Amino acid sequence: MRELKITPIHHGTVIDHIGSGLALEVLRILGVGTLDKESTVSVAMHVRSGKLGWKDIVKVENIELSPRTVNALALIAPTATISIIHDYKVREKRAVELPDRIVGVLRCPNANCISNQPEPIESEFEVVERRPVLLRCTFCERTLSEFLPHLA
Amino acid sequence: MAGATRPAGFHTGPLLAARTMALRGRDVVSIRDLAREEIEAVLAEAEKMVPFAEGTKATRPLDGAIVAMAFFEPSTRTRLSFEAAVHRLGGSCLTIADAGATSLRKGESLYDTIRMLSSYADAIVIRHPSEGAAALAARASDRPVINAGDGSGQHPTQTLLDLATMREAFGTLTGLKVVLLGDLKYGRTVHSLAYALGGFGSEIVLTSPPALRLPDEYREEVRRHGAKIVEEPDVRRAIKDADVLYVTRIQKERFADEAEYRAVAGSYRVDRALLDAGKSRLIVMHPLPRAGEIAPEVDSTPHAAYFRQAFLAVPVRMALLRQILASGRRGGFGR
Repeated sequence: MRELKITPIHHGTVIDHIGSGLALEVLRILGVGTLDKESTVSVAMHVRSGKLGWKDIVKVENIELSPRTVNALALIAPTATISIIHDYKVREKRAVELPDRIVGVLRCPNANCISNQPEPIESEFEVVERRPVLLRCTFCERTLSEFLPHLA
Repeated sequence: MAGATRPAGFHTGPLLAARTMALRGRDVVSIRDLAREEIEAVLAEAEKMVPFAEGTKATRPLDGAIVAMAFFEPSTRTRLSFEAAVHRLGGSCLTIADAGATSLRKGESLYDTIRMLSSYADAIVIRHPSEGAAALAARASDRPVINAGDGSGQHPTQTLLDLATMREAFGTLTGLKVVLLGDLKYGRTVHSLAYALGGFGSEIVLTSPPALRLPDEYREEVRRHGAKIVEEPDVRRAIKDADVLYVTRIQKERFADEAEYRAVAGSYRVDRALLDAGKSRLIVMHPLPRAGEIAPEVDSTPHAAYFRQAFLAVPVRMALLRQILASGRRGGFGR
């Protein structure tokens, strides 16, 4: 079997162990459309994985993830690992981790929630359960177990 | 009020003084904000507040306190019972009863309105058509905020007075069998009540038309909180052995057509003949206003607890306000 080859990146971030089929959502979370034209974005989908069976991988040059982006990844791709690359070397590698509160990442699915109105506040969800993840809106208390359709 | 002539029975101090200081300065946005012991402390104090709420005794632990009534949608009994509670405690109210007359109409955010209000008052009672408005108000205000109903969300003081009614009737809240009848999907009072009853280990019987069943997320949560839940669509079977029949209003706008609404509403009508199937001590409760769910003939039976429930709104809200605002010091309230 031939080795999978994706061009190494000079500086940037590798997100590995993304659940199979979720790479495009991860790209959306990263906001790759707003990157400068010099940055390479590599995507591998449906790759064999010892841990997951199948996985997706995303490599993006010249990007560092904000805590908010990492929180969004933790919701959409909870199995993902993030490696920070400097000079072609992995400087830091960690698994995404769900915090106790998710701020500004999701829109509350309740259209009548005050957080969906023009108020000077950000959406906020409390993690009620972790396996499977269940969130509760801090404002209206609506619970949420699917996150993709509600990304802000 | 020092040196003023006081009516007979006037009381300041120890009777109403700190039974618990736990709620002092706290927001009450959701029934989840209150631990079981805190609920019990409010209900115990509410029982003592009854003669003060009836006006047969007087007390002024909130002398000099101002409580803002920020009502951004119409309400009769909730606002009036809160205002009565404040007056009975010797405090005074600032009332927004018509949101159209406020600067919200000029585009001011609720956040800013509440922030401004919190600089005029010692506590804010809020009712608003949007879910989560009270939680937002609690963030905006540096004074305690009490949720008096936000959209179809929480209405914790209604739950407290519901519990007070059951406690008064049975002397306990532990182990009661409570039938929740009617609109269990949209009815905000039943969601909070079911949750709170879970904390007292109640058995909850859910009786509703299929389209208005208690949403799964609430069902699971109530179960996790300690309630035993069963579903019994037949009212007659549901009330057998029950202690409480809690009836909610079924709203016409929840149905696709009027005929369907009438069929459902008719099948859940509570009358004397139905109550014959229950225990003699069964009490019937309703958050009111009713719209035909309970026949007027029930009013004169010992089962009818809904008017008592409406009255208990005042002593319960008095107890809550006192615990949140009063310092326990003689004749004063604390900030």
